[in-house]
Amino acid sequence: MNKKENAPIRIVLAKLGLDGHDRGLKVVARMLRDAGMEVVYLGLRQTTEMVVTAVEQEDADVVGISMHNAGHLTLAPRIVKALEDAGLDVPVIVGGIVPENDLEAMAEAGVAGVLGPGASAEDVATCVREAVATRGE
Amino acid sequence: MASEDSTLISLVEKASEGDRRSVGRLLTLVERGGESAEQVAESTHTLSGKSHVIGITGAPGAGKSTLTACLARDLAVSGYKPAVLAVDPSSPLTGGAILGDRVRMEEASEAGAFIRSMATRGHSGGLALAVPGMVRVFDAFGFNPIIIETVGVGQVEVDVASAADTVVVVVTSGWGDAVQANKAGLLEIADLFVVNKADRPGASDARRDLELMIDLSQVTGQATRRPDIVMTTAIEGDGLEEFKNAIFEHRDFLSEGEQISFRRSKRWKAEVRSRLDYLLSEVARESIENIEEKEGASPGSVAREIARNILKKNDFR
Amino acid sequence: MDEKKEFRTMSGVPVTSVYGEGPLPGEFPYTRGIHSGMYRDRLWTMRMFAGFGTAEDTNARFKDLLRAGGTGLSTAFDMPTLMGRDSDDEWSLGEVGRAGVAVDTLDDMIDLFADIDLGQVSTSMTINGPAAILLAMYVAVAEQGGVERSKLNGTLQNDILKEYQAQKEYIFPPRPSVRLVSDVVSFTANEMPRWNPISISGYHIREAGSTAAQELAFTLANGFAYVEAAQAAGLNVDDFAPRLSFFFNSHSDFFEEIGKFRAARRIWARWLRDRYGAKDERSHKLRFHTQTAGVSLTAQQPEINIARVAIQALAGVIGGTQSLHTDSYDEALALPTEDAARIALRTQQIVAHETGVTNVADPLGGSDYVEWMTDEMERQAEEIFKHLEELGDGSILEGVYVGIENGWFVGEIADAAYRFEREVNSGERLIVGVNSFTEGGDEDIDLLSIDPGTEDIQLKRLAEIKQSRDSDLVEKALSRLSAEAVDSEINLMPAIIEAVKVRATEGEIVRALESVFGTYVEKAFV
Repeated sequence: MNKKENAPIRIVLAKLGLDGHDRGLKVVARMLRDAGMEVVYLGLRQTTEMVVTAVEQEDADVVGISMHNAGHLTLAPRIVKALEDAGLDVPVIVGGIVPENDLEAMAEAGVAGVLGPGASAEDVATCVREAVATRGE
Repeated sequence: MASEDSTLISLVEKASEGDRRSVGRLLTLVERGGESAEQVAESTHTLSGKSHVIGITGAPGAGKSTLTACLARDLAVSGYKPAVLAVDPSSPLTGGAILGDRVRMEEASEAGAFIRSMATRGHSGGLALAVPGMVRVFDAFGFNPIIIETVGVGQVEVDVASAADTVVVVVTSGWGDAVQANKAGLLEIADLFVVNKADRPGASDARRDLELMIDLSQVTGQATRRPDIVMTTAIEGDGLEEFKNAIFEHRDFLSEGEQISFRRSKRWKAEVRSRLDYLLSEVARESIENIEEKEGASPGSVAREIARNILKKNDFR
Repeated sequence: MDEKKEFRTMSGVPVTSVYGEGPLPGEFPYTRGIHSGMYRDRLWTMRMFAGFGTAEDTNARFKDLLRAGGTGLSTAFDMPTLMGRDSDDEWSLGEVGRAGVAVDTLDDMIDLFADIDLGQVSTSMTINGPAAILLAMYVAVAEQGGVERSKLNGTLQNDILKEYQAQKEYIFPPRPSVRLVSDVVSFTANEMPRWNPISISGYHIREAGSTAAQELAFTLANGFAYVEAAQAAGLNVDDFAPRLSFFFNSHSDFFEEIGKFRAARRIWARWLRDRYGAKDERSHKLRFHTQTAGVSLTAQQPEINIARVAIQALAGVIGGTQSLHTDSYDEALALPTEDAARIALRTQQIVAHETGVTNVADPLGGSDYVEWMTDEMERQAEEIFKHLEELGDGSILEGVYVGIENGWFVGEIADAAYRFEREVNSGERLIVGVNSFTEGGDEDIDLLSIDPGTEDIQLKRLAEIKQSRDSDLVEKALSRLSAEAVDSEINLMPAIIEAVKVRATEGEIVRALESVFGTYVEKAFV
C-alpha cells in the first residue's frame, strides 16, 4: 500500500523583499492547487529565514518565489544559497519579470526554472513537476 | 529496503537530537502511509505518550486560526515547545490544496513553534489515519503541547478530534454555529467551548445556547465533566489567558486518576478502528473493481459472497 | 459654456459643446461630466508619473517632462520609502531607488524639487502609509522656498483603505491609519485649501484583478468610509468633500470603462447629497485622475502596447477625466526610458489636439449601449454597497473594516483575477501577442537600468545627514510625536512637520508612530 507515487507535490510559495504585488502569486497558487499540488502559501514580505524554516518543517519538494521589481538578481541567489546552507536540496523556481538577459545569471545562481508573465497553467505545473523530478534523480 | 531502514534510523536519531528537518521528513513518511509509515509508527511508539494533545475546530470564520496562532505563540514564549498540525481541505476535484494557515502563525513560528500544514487529501478516512501517526512523531521528539487545528464541524473533524486529549470547539456569536456543532456530534466530544468575537452582539446568546445544549446532552450522555465555556475576542487578545488556563485545567483534570488512561485507550481504540476501516475499505474497493452484474443475483447476496471470500484471505498489508 | 470660440471638426464643421437631452454636463448628478464646457474650457492635466534613483535623477526627469509639455508633476517613490523604511534599513537592500525615487529626509525632498517653483506647479505624490510625512516634507520645502502652504496645489494619494484590499503598502493597522488620513484631511482643509488630501483609488484594486464594477464599488465605498471617518472626527462634510479626489484605472474594454466613469460621478453625487447631507455642489462633483491599465501591457511584442495605451487613454478622456497618466510601452519590463515616457506623453497630446473628442462634452452620452452600461455599473455597485452596509450594521466605514478583517475584499479580487487568468489560459479571451498572434517583436528593446551605485550614494548621504543633524532636537521631536499619537484627538501634522524639519528620517518617524499604533500583518487570504 505504498502510495509514495501518488502523494501530491508540496510547494512553498513566497515573495521576498518589500514589493506588494501578489496578484500573480495568488493566481499561481490556484493554478497549482488545480493541478493537484499542495501549496503552502506564505505570501508577501517573507525573509529567506522564514522560507527556509517553512521548507524544513513542511518538508516541501520545491520553492516558488515571485519577483516583480528587479530584485531577482540579489534575492534569488540568496534564497538558493540559504536553502543549500541549511542542507535542503530543494529546487527554486522564480516567477515574474525576469529579463532575457538575466536568465543565464539565474541558471548560474542555481535557480531551477524561470516562469515569465503570461505563462499558462500548464507551463507552470509542468515547470514545477520537472524541477521536482530532476532533483529527485 | 535496507537503505530505507538505515535512512529511517538516522532520521529518528537526528530528530531525537533536535533536528527539525528530520522531524519534517518523518512527518512526510507518516502522511504518505504504507510501509514507511508503519516503520515510523514502530520506531516512535515507545517514545511517545508524554504530550498533551489539543484539538481545535470550529466553523469557518469563527476565528479559530487567530486563536490557535495566539495560543501557540503564547506557549512558545512561555517556554513550551509546541507543535501545530494545521489541516485544510483538499479540493475534491483536483486533489490539490492551498494551505494558508502557516502564514497566520508567523509570530508563533518565530517564537519556536513547529508548524506543519496538512491537506485532507480526499479520503476522509485517510486523515483519521495519518493524524495520530503525525501526532506520535511530534510526541516522540519532545513537542508538547501538540495542537491539531481543523476547519469545519463535520464528520472529518469528529474523527480528527478522536486523536486529541482536549477537544476545543470554537463558535462565534451567530447562533447557527452552536447548532451546527451539535448536529455533527461535536458536542458529545467537546471538552471546551470558545465563543469568539465575544464583542459582537449575540455573543451572550450563543453562550446561553451552548449551556442549554450541554444541559441536554448531560442528561443523555456519558460525559464525566461539564465542558467549560470561554469568551474571547481573539483579534484584540481578549480572553486568551482564560482560554489557555481552561486548556491547562482540562489537562490537569485528565492526569488525575484514571482519566488520562481512559482517554488514551479511547484514542488508541479509535486509531485501530480507523486503520481497520481503511484496510477493509481498500480491500472492498479492490474486490468489486472487476465484478459484473449477475442475472438474478441481488446486490446484497453478491456482497455477502464477496465478504465471505475476503475473510478467507489473510494477506492484509 | 463658452460659445464665443467656435469649435470645428477637422473638416470645418462647427460643433456645439454638448448633444442630446437629459441632465447636462455640469448639472447634478454630473453623469455627463462635472463642468459644462469640459475640455473646451480646459484640457485634462497631463500628469506623467515619474521617479527613480536619487532625488537628483528624478528632478532631472521632472524637468524633462515639464519641458516636453507635461502640465503637472507626479512622484513615484521607491519601495522602501513607500513602506516607511530608510535606505539603510535591512529590508531596503537591493530596493533603493529601483521602483521610484528614494526619500529618507527633508534634504532629499529639497533636491527632488530643486529649481521648480512649487507655487506654480501642481504635484501629485503617490504614497500611502507614510503619506503624512511626505506631505510634511513638501510643505517644509515650499516654505523654505518662500511659498506659503496655503498656495500649494497638488494631491496626496493617502488612501490607506485600498492598501489592505489591493496594493498592500500598509504599515499600521486600519483604524490608526484612518486616523492619520483624517488628520491630513483636517490639516489641509484648514491650512491648504488647494490641496487634495486623498486620491481615493481604484487603479490598484483593478490592477490586482478586480472587475470594473468592483473597482468602481470598492473605491466609492472607501470614499464613503473616509467621509464617515472625517465626520466622526468632527468635520462638516462640505469642509473637506470638495477636495476629495479619485483615481481610476482605464482598462481595455472601451465602453465598459466609459460606463464606469459616468456611473462613478452619478453615484458619488447622489450619495454625498442624499446620504451624507453635503450641500455644496463642489462636494457632489467627483473629480478623478486616470491611469491606463499597467497590467494589460504585455512583455511580448512591447511596441503594440502603444496602441493599447492610446485606446485606454481615449476611454479616459471620453469618460471625462480631470487628469491622465499614460503608461509607457515598456511597462511590463522595467521603469520607463526617457523615450518611452515621451511617446506616452505624445499619445495624450494626440488625443487632446488631433482627435476632436475634446470639442464635445460626454460625446457618447445618449448612446443606448453607453447609457445601459452606465446603469449596469451603477446597479452592480449598489449591490456591493448594500453588502458592506450589512457587514457594518449600517455604516460603510465599519463594513469596510470588517471586509478587510475577514478577507472579503482580497477574496473577491483574487477570485476575479483567477477567473480572468483561466479565460486567457483556455483561449476564451484572446490577448494579442500572448495567446494569439504571437509572431514578431523579438528584437530586444532598450530598457532603463538603475545605476547600482544609487544605493551607495543614498546610503552615504543618509549617513552624513545623521551625523550632522542635531540629534537632541530629533529625539525631542520624535518623543513629542509618540506622545501625541496616543491621543486621537490631536492632529499629528504639526508634530510631523517639526520632526522633518530637524531631519528626523522617514523611518524614524514611522517607527515612532508604530510604537503607538502597532504593525499590520495580513492574514494572507488566498
